[in-house]
Amino acid sequence: MFAEYDVIVVGAGHAGCEAAHAAATMGSTTLLITMNMNTIAHMSCNPAMGGVAKGQIVREIDALGGMSGIITDKSMIQFRMLNRSKGPAMWSPRTQNDRMRFAEEWRLALEQTPNLDFWQEMVSEIMVENDTVIGVRTQLGIEIKAKTVVLTNGTFLNGLIHIGEKQFGGGRAGERAATGITAQLESLGFETGRMKTGTPPRVDGRSLDWSKMTEQPGDENPGKFSYSSETTPLTEQRSCYITYTNTTVHEILETGFDRSPMFNGRIQGLGPRYCPSIEDKINRFAERERHQIFVEPEGWNTVEIYVNGFSTSLPEDVQYKAMTQIPGFEKARMFRPGYAIEYDFFPPTQLQSTLETMGITNLYFAGQINGTTGYEEAGCQGLMAGINASLRAQEKDPFILTRSEAYIGVLIDDLINKGTEEPYRMFTSRAEFRILLRQDNADLRLTEKGHTLGLASNQRFLEMSTKANALDNLRKNLETISVTPASADPHLEAAGTNTLREKTTLAKLIKRPQINIGHLSAMSTDWQKATEDTNQDILEAAEIAIKYEDYIAREQELVNKIQGLENHRIRQDFDYLRVKGLSSEAREKLIKQRPETLGQASRISGISPADISILLVYLGK
Amino acid sequence: MAFRTDLEDTIVALATPQGVGAIALIRLSGPKAIGLTNQVFHGKDLTQVKSHTVHFGTIRDGERILDEVLVSVFREPRSFTKENITEISCHGSPYLAQQIIKLLIRQGARPARAGEFTQRAFLHGQFDLAQAEAIADIISADSEAAHRAAMQQMRGGFSAEIKRLREKLVHFASMVELELDFGEEDVEFADRDDLRQLVEELQKVIQALIDSFDVGNVIKNGVPTVIAGKPNAGKSTLLNALLQEEKAIVSDIAGTTRDFIEDELILGGVSFRFIDTAGLRETTDTVEAMGVERTQAKMKEASLILYLFDLKAEPLTEILQEVNRLENQGIPFIPIGNKIDQASEEVREALEKRGDFALISAKAGEHLEVLKELVLAKTQLDSFRTGDTLVTNVRHYDSLLRTRDSLGKVLEGLAVSVTGDFLAMDIRQALHYLGEITGEITTDDLLANIFSKFCIGK
Repeated sequence: MFAEYDVIVVGAGHAGCEAAHAAATMGSTTLLITMNMNTIAHMSCNPAMGGVAKGQIVREIDALGGMSGIITDKSMIQFRMLNRSKGPAMWSPRTQNDRMRFAEEWRLALEQTPNLDFWQEMVSEIMVENDTVIGVRTQLGIEIKAKTVVLTNGTFLNGLIHIGEKQFGGGRAGERAATGITAQLESLGFETGRMKTGTPPRVDGRSLDWSKMTEQPGDENPGKFSYSSETTPLTEQRSCYITYTNTTVHEILETGFDRSPMFNGRIQGLGPRYCPSIEDKINRFAERERHQIFVEPEGWNTVEIYVNGFSTSLPEDVQYKAMTQIPGFEKARMFRPGYAIEYDFFPPTQLQSTLETMGITNLYFAGQINGTTGYEEAGCQGLMAGINASLRAQEKDPFILTRSEAYIGVLIDDLINKGTEEPYRMFTSRAEFRILLRQDNADLRLTEKGHTLGLASNQRFLEMSTKANALDNLRKNLETISVTPASADPHLEAAGTNTLREKTTLAKLIKRPQINIGHLSAMSTDWQKATEDTNQDILEAAEIAIKYEDYIAREQELVNKIQGLENHRIRQDFDYLRVKGLSSEAREKLIKQRPETLGQASRISGISPADISILLVYLGK
Repeated sequence: MAFRTDLEDTIVALATPQGVGAIALIRLSGPKAIGLTNQVFHGKDLTQVKSHTVHFGTIRDGERILDEVLVSVFREPRSFTKENITEISCHGSPYLAQQIIKLLIRQGARPARAGEFTQRAFLHGQFDLAQAEAIADIISADSEAAHRAAMQQMRGGFSAEIKRLREKLVHFASMVELELDFGEEDVEFADRDDLRQLVEELQKVIQALIDSFDVGNVIKNGVPTVIAGKPNAGKSTLLNALLQEEKAIVSDIAGTTRDFIEDELILGGVSFRFIDTAGLRETTDTVEAMGVERTQAKMKEASLILYLFDLKAEPLTEILQEVNRLENQGIPFIPIGNKIDQASEEVREALEKRGDFALISAKAGEHLEVLKELVLAKTQLDSFRTGDTLVTNVRHYDSLLRTRDSLGKVLEGLAVSVTGDFLAMDIRQALHYLGEITGEITTDDLLANIFSKFCIGK
């Protein structure tokens, strides 16, 4: 019934879709297996993409030729650039999305991807020969062969849903859990663990009193995620609303604590500290009299509303009663209760930087199965796993991004070297080189790589090159065009900065904190003429590059400094037992985690600088 | 960032064992070894000299001459590490050697890690694998020893001070990160003025720690104190009186003390390393002549000279002339009139009137307390006597310098209102360098701090 595939992707969430799309686009025959073709690319939690650090990741996925950016643009109902006042490294695009349209756009895009087949069924085990995966076996007993397999099971592996004292198996509310794979992988020697996450109730928007909440509209001049000209910004947007809990709400919630699976020990898995349930917030921060609630529309047309900030697994009657005490929710009708879900994950220290498992050759893991949380984190892992599975099937060299090249590199490096105790979410503070990893330059950082892989199209590569040239020209202009005190001073004074003593280049002016690129046209007709046809994104990118060049250069210097260790590869058969002088903890961890470079080794906890020095000596130059 | 292994760095370390030898050898290796040395060396232009040559000159910190030295130059690849190497031979005071190393660090050298010279030699192919294994052992043992030593130094005020600083800085960093990563949250962010105050406060403490490095070294190694004076002025007697034990050979024959005898005396919590010297006089005895020469050298590197006059034998005019000469040398000294019990009334009155003389009788042990007070006052170490934090480790000093520079950049940034992402960059650098002293810090610390203090998340 099936020929042998190059790549089989199990699961069709954010990770699975990116993996399947990447592998197929790169020319590998690919099969996407999902338990339910109607829920491909379903947003299980909030109807939003991006945000701080996550927005940068979506930009990176897009720059490499992944689809998340384009799908998000096509289904967005609101766009905001967060953190505009906090510096260019912090600018973070975020959208609200039409949940149903998001899934539909993904499905349509996958259907149009060449080399990609679909199959709806549950995979119950992988087929392994000589520690190498050779395909999958389904619940119906069908054996499908493949050179490589990517597992993206999300929260479905032995998923267990909790609402109050009730619990039932499921991968998502209304969908059954996947069984079999965990037990098999355990028998193959994989370590596994349990994690927990949660989601808030959904309500009927028609039952809410919007006048009691604060409107949070989208940006006045909305942007978009994708660098490609394939998508366009919104001309009309939907607003979100903000309201707050209060002590009455908290008191009612507390009446359900004795029936809370969080507090009575029924939930074993560790949940994310940064995405706590409302009961957790009340419990841990008892002094807070209110917590913020974001009321988010689920789409253009649906009346369903997502109550962000009110994630809970308390009994549904307590959820409901407490919610009606929130301003604007007095007459709320609930569509679906919030719930918590526990699921299996595999500690990611069992992976290589390609996301291939160390235990089983040609088997790749991506997404929540690796202990992460978030659509963006899942999507980028799927992309990287799909790329590497495809490269393996085609017998090509692997593709790895470093910590200084992309948030994606930070994420994977953190996962495989440090592992994670709680669901791993990206923060900008995890990236030591975040000044370099900006949302305005992901294309300049990555599109050429994506193009070389055969993933980013010629068109994308061309657009990126055009942008790079335009930036060069702008830079030259800023450095060569000067303004006289007479033409600049009035504008400088108005901006609250010092006047000029002599002719000064625009580059020097733009370095003043009070001056932005928009001020320059009024000061210099030469500049105005030179930039008439330049779009805003590129102007902003040029401004950032010049304004902060000292900081950027310093950060680049730090990158160069550590490059030695990063480039110093360790053979996978390197015998650590032979190395005298290593601490026993270091030796044990090195043998277990098998770092690929000295840089990676240095980031494993318990490995000291002295251990690295010793390795350096043994590895020679 | 946790680990600097850059072969582009030029590294420096004391190559001779810690302690007082006649000569201390400071070694630099790396691409800038010759250039860096040349920057502080007055003599031939070392960048122009041939490999395997030795040059006499002085090491200067700005205008101040630290020492007369010999510098050996080895050019790559014809050196132990196969990199450019310079070796500076200076006089054998740990204090002086530290001063020179400190100067080189300020010029851009980095303190070498345990075994790093040897490691570089290996990396450049100087050894085979068997030898490499031996080196690995050394690194392992040395770093353990260094760690133990560092732990010992960390006892007391220093570690508490650094810990307190680091906590404040982590909090500061968390506040900034909170603002960056959780800008959407309903939490209050740090006020920039508060941040500036905090950084300025940190800067002050770190600067004090940096300043204490000089003092710290003096205290760790003892204030080098020379007792000088004409033969038979009673130098050894004074030393013995101070030490209250018979360490120096005391006799009535002028010239008995032909070499240095060192001992430590703790005055008010400060350690003074007393160096008894051969008497200063023209001599025909060759053995003693060598002693005198070395005495003069010792006097140059002393932080304090106790100059002893024999009030019984030396005329007042000569005494005052000598005091003038000493004053012109610029080394702190205390003029001491010994044998006050045998001095003439005229001399005693004149010196009492001057007020700067310690008038004692070493043999009778009279007025020694006054002398001790004078010694303490002269070295101006009173404020460091007890409890205060001191930096004595050159690597700690290096890390503190870098911490200070990073904090300086934070202040610069605050002054021109740069955004949080850039501020955070320099705060992290500062934390990183402090971490080199206290152990590791990772971003996880910051996140953990945020999650424990603030209610975050939708």
